[in-house]
Amino acid sequence: MPFGNTHNNFKLNFKVEEEYPDLTKHNNHMAKVLTKDMYAKLRDKQTPSGFTLDDVIQTGVDNPGHPFIMTVGCVAGDEESYEIFKDLLDPIISDRHSGYKPTDKHKTDLNFENLKGGDDLDPNYVLSSRVRTGRSIKGYTLPPHNSRGERRAVEKLSVEALNTLDGEFKGKYYPLNKMTDAEQEQLIADHFLFDKPVSPLLLGAGMARDWPDARGIWHNDAKSFLVWVNEEDHLRVISMEKGGNMKEVFRRFCVGLKRIEETFKKHNHGFMWNEHLGYVLTCPSNLGTGLRGGVHVKLPKLSTHPKFEEILTRLRLQKRGVDTASVGGVFDISNADRLGSSEVAQVQMVVDGVKLMVEMEKKLEKGEAIDGMIPAQK
Amino acid sequence: MPFGNTHNALKMKYASSEEYPDLSQHNNHMAKILTPAIYERLRSKQTPSGFTLDDVIQTGIDNPGHPFIMTVGCVAGDEETYEVFKELLDPIIEDRHGGYKPTDKHKTDLNPNNLKGGDDLDPNYVLSSRVRTGRSIRGFCLPPHCSRGERRGVEKMSVEALDSLSGDLKGKYYALKNMTDAEQQQLIDDHFLFDKPVSPLLLASGMARDWPDGRGIWHNDTKTFLVWVNEEDHLRVISMQKGGNMKEVFNRFCTGLTKIETLFKDKGTSFMWNEHLGYVLTCPSNLGTGLRAGVHVKIPNMSKHAKFEEVLKRLRLQKRGTGGVDTAAVGGTFDISNADRLGFSEVELVQMVVDGVKLLVDMEKKLEKGQSIDNIMPAQK
Repeated sequence: MPFGNTHNNFKLNFKVEEEYPDLTKHNNHMAKVLTKDMYAKLRDKQTPSGFTLDDVIQTGVDNPGHPFIMTVGCVAGDEESYEIFKDLLDPIISDRHSGYKPTDKHKTDLNFENLKGGDDLDPNYVLSSRVRTGRSIKGYTLPPHNSRGERRAVEKLSVEALNTLDGEFKGKYYPLNKMTDAEQEQLIADHFLFDKPVSPLLLGAGMARDWPDARGIWHNDAKSFLVWVNEEDHLRVISMEKGGNMKEVFRRFCVGLKRIEETFKKHNHGFMWNEHLGYVLTCPSNLGTGLRGGVHVKLPKLSTHPKFEEILTRLRLQKRGVDTASVGGVFDISNADRLGSSEVAQVQMVVDGVKLMVEMEKKLEKGEAIDGMIPAQK
Repeated sequence: MPFGNTHNALKMKYASSEEYPDLSQHNNHMAKILTPAIYERLRSKQTPSGFTLDDVIQTGIDNPGHPFIMTVGCVAGDEETYEVFKELLDPIIEDRHGGYKPTDKHKTDLNPNNLKGGDDLDPNYVLSSRVRTGRSIRGFCLPPHCSRGERRGVEKMSVEALDSLSGDLKGKYYALKNMTDAEQQQLIDDHFLFDKPVSPLLLASGMARDWPDGRGIWHNDTKTFLVWVNEEDHLRVISMQKGGNMKEVFNRFCTGLTKIETLFKDKGTSFMWNEHLGYVLTCPSNLGTGLRAGVHVKIPNMSKHAKFEEVLKRLRLQKRGTGGVDTAAVGGTFDISNADRLGFSEVELVQMVVDGVKLLVDMEKKLEKGQSIDNIMPAQK
């Protein structure tokens, strides 16, 4: 919950020991990094909009751990959070993003022509392909912290920008609070709509306040390019389609994203970006590209192979279930990295890695070994 | 204040109409009262500890309505909330508490000898009896707003006070974070422990932050007197036992509560109380006595009767499921308790429960025999 700094000042009446959270049962990035000394050092600080240390860490305090993934356990409330609380966030970023240093520079590459291949993933195995990223609009605070006025302004600006898109991107905005239950169910079933907020990770950070006010989904007529407004980030931009033509998905992603960015710049509200952290988003795990490029792929044999996890690690990929836990050997496979490599590089890893895994699956179907195909660590 | 409330000040850059919540789908007390004009007048204010209007109303925005009960839709973050935001809270209090006016005075009566009867509710129908109230410790912010330091301060002080109780009240404190899962489940099954916070009503107001830090349950050796620490209020004090002897339950309740209050006074603190609102608690619905006295009672026939709701209303009682405020009744067994909190004394409210439940059981027995209950319908209390 957003606290004003009057409240933060009030807390300073209590000693550090009294305010420092009990993290003994916790296993998330924040809990690993936040020592009592660090808490003491940062607790009287606030960003210009009034976001405080307790605001940053509340979700990690309230959610000790997650069964499937190592959660970050903290969020940004605005662009300045990453600066004011860098003592906490830099080590978390380093831990989460494979040793990324405070002095490192991040490379952005949204030139889809730099992707090699990706148009021939076997659709008998690769059921669908999807690329998503997030964008934050400069000058507004982020979803854990923003007021209704700010959120509505983000929505208004986003809808104006999106309504100028044309051609293959021509589409329409559907605000959540005017959608019928039937429309909403259909969009969820099509994997188009974001979940109603039930995840305690999101709830604990305050992102679900005032739901569904100023939230909505915009999509093009072909439903292959979607934008979520005011979910975990100001904008989530998604390109997707059935089958394995990741090349086409990525082309549409890059072209659409660039068009959107142009329109926002014309309105004098660029995206939050800097040369160290790349695109600035609510969750530190999404810094850099904010990109998750993935497929739903049938790997019933490979997924039960003892080397499955090892292969994923070496390919720099991660698995998720379809709708949270995997069903029938179908997995969501995507890039594990966000920061320190470009968009093209990350999608390349997905394309190459999934191609290899499908070949492995085919071998295993024939009862053949895959030992000779185990990849080196990327 | 040495510093202004930065986040609230940032919101002031937006016009009031841009910040005013969309309450068009809402049905709670806050949504009925909060006009754009009131929002405009109150949005720049804060209590000394920094609680703002948006903090007061967030839970009511995030929870448009409840299937079983008309929710309040707002909370207090500290004692001063009821003063700084009185323009919003006075009408809500009036609407919720039977027309209680800003100038009314509330009467406190914790003398159990003033209760008539109550020792003979039929245990074949009345499965258990329970009286609870809440208390807030002056000088600390309330659960929606308190920091970890404050919450732990409340816990420490409460445990010191409770550990000095003796006789049939002698007991022990179980901090939630040191309890085993098995102990915890047992206490939940015995109806002794408060729910893990899943109710969106509580979650949205921020009461569950840092769970289970600073939370715990104290109970006496016979498990008939319990104190919850840092759930929805600083303290919830509960007296309960199987069967229908509400008199005994209320005796123990009053004795225990008075002893605890004395212990806190000895420590130089007191409970939040004033002559207008009585005991000050987190939820405006619990002002006054903060008292909910109730029974779990088997009334399968009565509960299906066309006049059930009307009877409850006239008796000034309310029904809940046996799992508490957010649950549904199971197998014709209901939780029946007083509907009022403010404007009546503790003795008066328990008297209503005792008399009302006695009548409901009589009605149930009649319906079992196929008899009509029309001639024993009560007048409006």
